[in-house]
Amino acid sequence: MFRNQYDTDVTTWSPAGRLFQVEYAMEAVKQGSAAIGLRSKTHVVLACVNKASSELSSHQKKIFKVDDHIGVAIAGLTADGRVLSRYLRNECINYSYTYESSLPVGRLVVQLADKAQVCTQRSWKRPYGVGLLVGGLDESGAHLYYNCPSGNYFEYQAFAIGSRSQAAKTYLERKFEGFMDAREDLIKDALFALRETLQGEKLTSSICTIAIVGVGEAFHILDQETVQALIDEFEIVGEEPPADEAATPDQSSDAEPGPADQGTPSDQGATPMDI
Amino acid sequence: MNVADSAPAMNNLLASNADSQRTLYPYVTGTSVVGIKYKDGILLAADMGGSYGSTLRYKTVERLKSVGKHSIIGASGEISDFQEIMRYLDELILYDNMWDDGNSLGPKEVHNYLTRVMYNRRNKFNPLWNSLVLGGVKNGQKHLGTVNMIGVHYEDNHVATGFGNHLARPILRDEWHENLTFEEGVKLLEKCMRVLLYRDRSAVNKLQIARITEDGVAVFPPYSLKTFWNFNAFQNPTVGAEGSW
Repeated sequence: MFRNQYDTDVTTWSPAGRLFQVEYAMEAVKQGSAAIGLRSKTHVVLACVNKASSELSSHQKKIFKVDDHIGVAIAGLTADGRVLSRYLRNECINYSYTYESSLPVGRLVVQLADKAQVCTQRSWKRPYGVGLLVGGLDESGAHLYYNCPSGNYFEYQAFAIGSRSQAAKTYLERKFEGFMDAREDLIKDALFALRETLQGEKLTSSICTIAIVGVGEAFHILDQETVQALIDEFEIVGEEPPADEAATPDQSSDAEPGPADQGTPSDQGATPMDI
Repeated sequence: MNVADSAPAMNNLLASNADSQRTLYPYVTGTSVVGIKYKDGILLAADMGGSYGSTLRYKTVERLKSVGKHSIIGASGEISDFQEIMRYLDELILYDNMWDDGNSLGPKEVHNYLTRVMYNRRNKFNPLWNSLVLGGVKNGQKHLGTVNMIGVHYEDNHVATGFGNHLARPILRDEWHENLTFEEGVKLLEKCMRVLLYRDRSAVNKLQIARITEDGVAVFPPYSLKTFWNFNAFQNPTVGAEGSW
């Protein structure tokens, strides 16, 4: 995408019928770190890559619980994502207060989309630079939606956004028809899809976050030990071939935990902030 | 262009119109509503009377109405406030339908919404002067509850408003059980309504029954109850009281 004379204002159309500011906002999503969502009939899993900017810093929070039955994973401008999460939480809690029941995911998503659309039609605003994967449960089953800065939203069986998301999407396209109700299999597929976006880097629980919501299971983020145990369990079994490139990068990523290890032996690849 | 024309306008500016905008007392009122859960859903009963103080003024007031696909409501108290509540509910259901997304508000949601409305009005010292019974079935789940003008709300297997609480509920506590058939339910309600007819002076002998099941709502045509007044005590009632007539 190149600069042109129609891209200054979000309220300026290009002669080709494009709103460049909106498209640039979608670029921001593509540059963010990957987030993945997948769903079965009874569960939705959200997973994202959580790379800290340096060894000294903490990870950015990219998965937010919106209500017991809904959670979101974001990619792009995380600050915008946080603000939208607060809006989503507010909508859910107001609905619960008035109706004593959970806001259907489909309605929340439409409200969010309409909010995003407003920013594409006001000269004094800018579009939200964040894409949201909204996963939740309601009366009609498990749902996964993707909300775009453009104000569009789509429902998906599985989706990935952010950098190198195409690799994850390719994996998911192969596997989505087999998404059964078994939640462990769903988490496994999420981890494998996440690994695809890492392009050879070793998948450890310190660089990813997994969250799940399902029938009888409130939305929650899995803790690091559980995630690492799952990674170990699946990688030991070694079902998926794409792990071949992981051989050489192992040595370089092993060097990291060394100096950082302050005497907590079980933390694989933990950064100082986690200890 | 007289000075006199602007006098009422000035009056409005000077005097507070606040009181004329608030509910102070009810005018046309309905009496008890009784509701029970039965095997297939909910049954509501209410008479068709609209009293104007102590006068039994209106005798074809429909106090039972359906709300969307899943709920029915019965109201006692100020009839005009009930009509206002119906406007709120019809608008709520309309917007719910406009989503057109397969989701719909069930009786629990409507009940809670009403509770919020009633309580908020009470807090502004401008209540909707009603006691409401809200019942419905959704996805096999039966719901029966009540809300009143001060926002008190609860659910139960059988509920009633006004005099119904004192006269009908004791009967229901004794005779209600799970899995009443439709006929049994109606008979039970008629027993309650008969007692109310004898003992509540604002009751009229014309009642309606409404039913809601998973399949839908039915508000049955009005009918009257058979009564018996030939008790011995009612013949020559003044025989023991000197000076009475």
